[in-house]
Amino acid sequence: MSKPVQQLDRVVIRFAGDSGDGMQLTGDRFTSDSAFHGNDLATLPNFPAEIRAPQGTLPGVSSFQLHFADHDVLTPGDEPDVLVAMNPAALKANLRDVPRGATIIVDTDEFSRRNLGKVGYAVSPLEDGTLESFHVHALPLTSMTVDALANYDLSRKDKERAKNMFALGLLSWLYTRPLEATEGFLRSKFATKPEILAANITALHAGVHYGETTEDFAHTYKIAPAVMAPGRYRNVTGNTALAYGLVAGAHQANLALLLGSYPITPASDILHVLSGLKRFGVTTVQAEDEIAGVGIALGASFGGALGVTTTSGPGLALKAETIGLAVSLELPLVVVDVQRGGPSTGLPTKTEQADLLQALFGRNGESPVPVIAPQSPVDCFDAAIEAVRIATAYRTPVILLSDGYLANGSEPWRLPHVDDLPDLTVDFATEPNGTDPDGKPVFHPYLRDPETLARAWAIPGTPGLEHRIGGIEKADVTGVISYDPDNHQRMTDLRDAKVKGIAATIPPIEVDDPTGDARVLVLGWGSTYGPIYAASRVVRRHGMSVARAHLRHLNPFPSNLGEVLRSYDRVIVPEMNLGQLAMLLRAAYLVDITSYTAVRGLPFTAGELADVITEAVLASNPARHSAATEAQK
Amino acid sequence: MKLDRPDLTSSSSASMPSAHGAASAHGGHGALSGAALVPSLQPGISLNRKDFTSDQEVRWCPGCGDYAILATMQGFLPELGLRRENIVFVSGIGCSSRFPYYLDTYGLHSIHGRAPSIATGLVTARPDLSVWVITGDGDALSIGGNHLIHALRRNVNLTILLFNNEIYGLTKGQYSPTSRQGKVTKSSPLGSVDTPFNPVSLALGAEATFVARTMDSDRAHLSATLRAAAAHRGSALVEIYQNCPIFNDGAFEVLKDRTEAEARIFHLVDGEPVAAGDQVVVRDDMGHLRVVARDDADSDRIVIHDPSSEDTSLAFALSRLSESTLSHVPMGVFRKVNRPAYDDLVRAQVDAAVNQAGGPASDADLDALLAGRDTWIVGG
Repeated sequence: MSKPVQQLDRVVIRFAGDSGDGMQLTGDRFTSDSAFHGNDLATLPNFPAEIRAPQGTLPGVSSFQLHFADHDVLTPGDEPDVLVAMNPAALKANLRDVPRGATIIVDTDEFSRRNLGKVGYAVSPLEDGTLESFHVHALPLTSMTVDALANYDLSRKDKERAKNMFALGLLSWLYTRPLEATEGFLRSKFATKPEILAANITALHAGVHYGETTEDFAHTYKIAPAVMAPGRYRNVTGNTALAYGLVAGAHQANLALLLGSYPITPASDILHVLSGLKRFGVTTVQAEDEIAGVGIALGASFGGALGVTTTSGPGLALKAETIGLAVSLELPLVVVDVQRGGPSTGLPTKTEQADLLQALFGRNGESPVPVIAPQSPVDCFDAAIEAVRIATAYRTPVILLSDGYLANGSEPWRLPHVDDLPDLTVDFATEPNGTDPDGKPVFHPYLRDPETLARAWAIPGTPGLEHRIGGIEKADVTGVISYDPDNHQRMTDLRDAKVKGIAATIPPIEVDDPTGDARVLVLGWGSTYGPIYAASRVVRRHGMSVARAHLRHLNPFPSNLGEVLRSYDRVIVPEMNLGQLAMLLRAAYLVDITSYTAVRGLPFTAGELADVITEAVLASNPARHSAATEAQK
Repeated sequence: MKLDRPDLTSSSSASMPSAHGAASAHGGHGALSGAALVPSLQPGISLNRKDFTSDQEVRWCPGCGDYAILATMQGFLPELGLRRENIVFVSGIGCSSRFPYYLDTYGLHSIHGRAPSIATGLVTARPDLSVWVITGDGDALSIGGNHLIHALRRNVNLTILLFNNEIYGLTKGQYSPTSRQGKVTKSSPLGSVDTPFNPVSLALGAEATFVARTMDSDRAHLSATLRAAAAHRGSALVEIYQNCPIFNDGAFEVLKDRTEAEARIFHLVDGEPVAAGDQVVVRDDMGHLRVVARDDADSDRIVIHDPSSEDTSLAFALSRLSESTLSHVPMGVFRKVNRPAYDDLVRAQVDAAVNQAGGPASDADLDALLAGRDTWIVGG
């Protein structure tokens, strides 16, 4: 018995429930099944810092938003078309994001007087008209799950816990998703608990059957696979892609990877992933603190490994002195900062881009550090390889600025071939590179490559190259302690020139301006790529021209950046901080920047950026105003 | 020409056996020595003090105890028979931390307090290195206290020399975490109110497997202690009483006078009674240690030193005999027990994973990792 099928081009679903309801898992599974089906997609997990906030309360609400489509997807979607709310708190916390006319599915079993009271509902919103502008499906998900599991020898609590699978089954039926991958996932997750496994699979199918038989849903929906570049795909989160990028970078550099890291949200998953990759020669040391984490990494680099440390904003602050030491020692080091809301502990599980200035300047003295940022979850892979390239080729610490949105968000990844990755082989010094006044061969640790200004990397165990280095200023070439005024000037200039020189090896920034006549440029960095691109499309669909460009390298900037900025009437820089890149651009290029900022712990929506861009385009060319207004009608 | 990379991932390298391989080669007969995986000099080749002396002018104050320690170290290192290029000194900040500059080995003068963590990364990445940490009482016990205790509890294969002069020297004379209570310094004009750390007690409490105390001016004892520490696999902490002639001169003076020393220094010798001159250490009815005249001591109660005891309580009780008056000062090895070194265990896990997978990862292995388990194909 099948119902009519309606074709859609895109859907945004938000699963919301209590932290203990398994919403992240449900979202992950729906994502995998959608990816497997061939849709393009983007996800936005959003969860509290508390592991289990009091049950049924607003602070305990956890959600997972998924945008899937038959075309390329740039953001997790501004507004959900469907909200699945497993309790009153989830409804209340998410309702304001849901546009009128959207579908809301609620678990009525959880709408008890007590649960309503916990979030301040005097009357159930299911009954007082609050939801009258929505398509509401009020379903007893919990009791239907328990009923479906009547024959299982499990406690009521265990049966209730399978309600997320019932919901997943229902949604999978509604959007014609395949279930095989989820069944496989459950089989491996509950391999040692056959009763729980069987209950979950039964609940999943009960959800499907309910959809098929109920009259509540008139038809199902189909979202055709997206047209994507041919290749082999998987779905991947930013943190996993970043960890794999580090492994691939070390592999291409022929170096052992050693991670020193202290657990911190939202970076810990990189530690988790890498600690499981020993087979790839990866060593992980869970350090006693953030400072030790970077110290361990730097010690490993001194020994000829690729030293890596991973952290978030507060940890980057603690690592500052050691990063300064790495600047002085001129040794490779990769520092990953998965940014979160700050200052201080801030918003541990929410995203922000407010560590940019800390990354550039958060150390004593003149201590230049290259800084790069990935633009999407998948791009974390390539950005990590680029960080390894710069760190090893230039013997410098590199800061890689990811953020919480990229870290936990996921999207389909067209798998690269390792054959196609750049060769990053580094040569250690093996021979003396100079002579002393008596003509005897000696090793000068601070003799530089004339092109890159990188010094020789001579690792312990190499005979004849014994040398001492440290954080005290060193004499140019010989590396011995020097307090000479002119030498300090020279060494400071050399370190600066070395980092500036990296610009020669990074591609010029590319501008996306399909019509070629745009007067407004939107420039972003990091995870704002998706929302900016999506917003530009919206603006262009309305007949306006806007140019768009995205920075990967924040230090040094691409060498053509000034020229690009100066060729537009207006440059808009949206950032999830209070205007840090805008400040850098004004200082570096003396250009005016329209800074658009927000620090709400969430990525920009395409809609809000489209409004900002539209306003700027209209202001920059009043003549277009009427045309645009016409187009919008 | 390209150097043969130290094989950091696999036990297949002939020149650098992994901890894994070497441990099994020893067939479990006792523990590895501290430098078991470090390449030795070829037979017939030996080095001398001059080989370990760098061309840098030594810049400590005249009369500093560090000179004596440096001279002893330069005299001792040839004894190890190791290749000079495989020895690394890592230090923090402070007068003592300039030590690496004066030794013609590899050296890293790092930042305040962090040497144990940097050395942990180095030795974990490189089992073929003999890694020494040079630190002081401020560096190790104040700003770097956290790293020190964690290096000790992990039992990282490091030899940590803690030069204790009970004062901040390089910042010109403030009280340190080992300064005695009441110490008048530039920052404590009315006397320090801080309770000091006893570095040996601290190390024992931090699960250290090797803890010893010695003194800058006693060359023979210092050499013997360095020898024992270098032979130990795992973290070896050596507290070295060191005189600062400028800001805390004579802090250990009573231990340098032969007669006084005889009465005050209790030499810790494995299997021997713990004694100084005509005094011995006995255990009373409550199990506490007391110092009594040898003639008055019940021979059954005299404490016989056993540094290899798994139970730390005796070593700890001995460490508590030290008082600010230095009337009873145990010197020597308090504790020396065998426990697997952290870095050996870490490498063994990596080696096992690599070996189980059939050797170092190929491009194809990496491709398989990136693909994971759930992939789909788009297009032709």
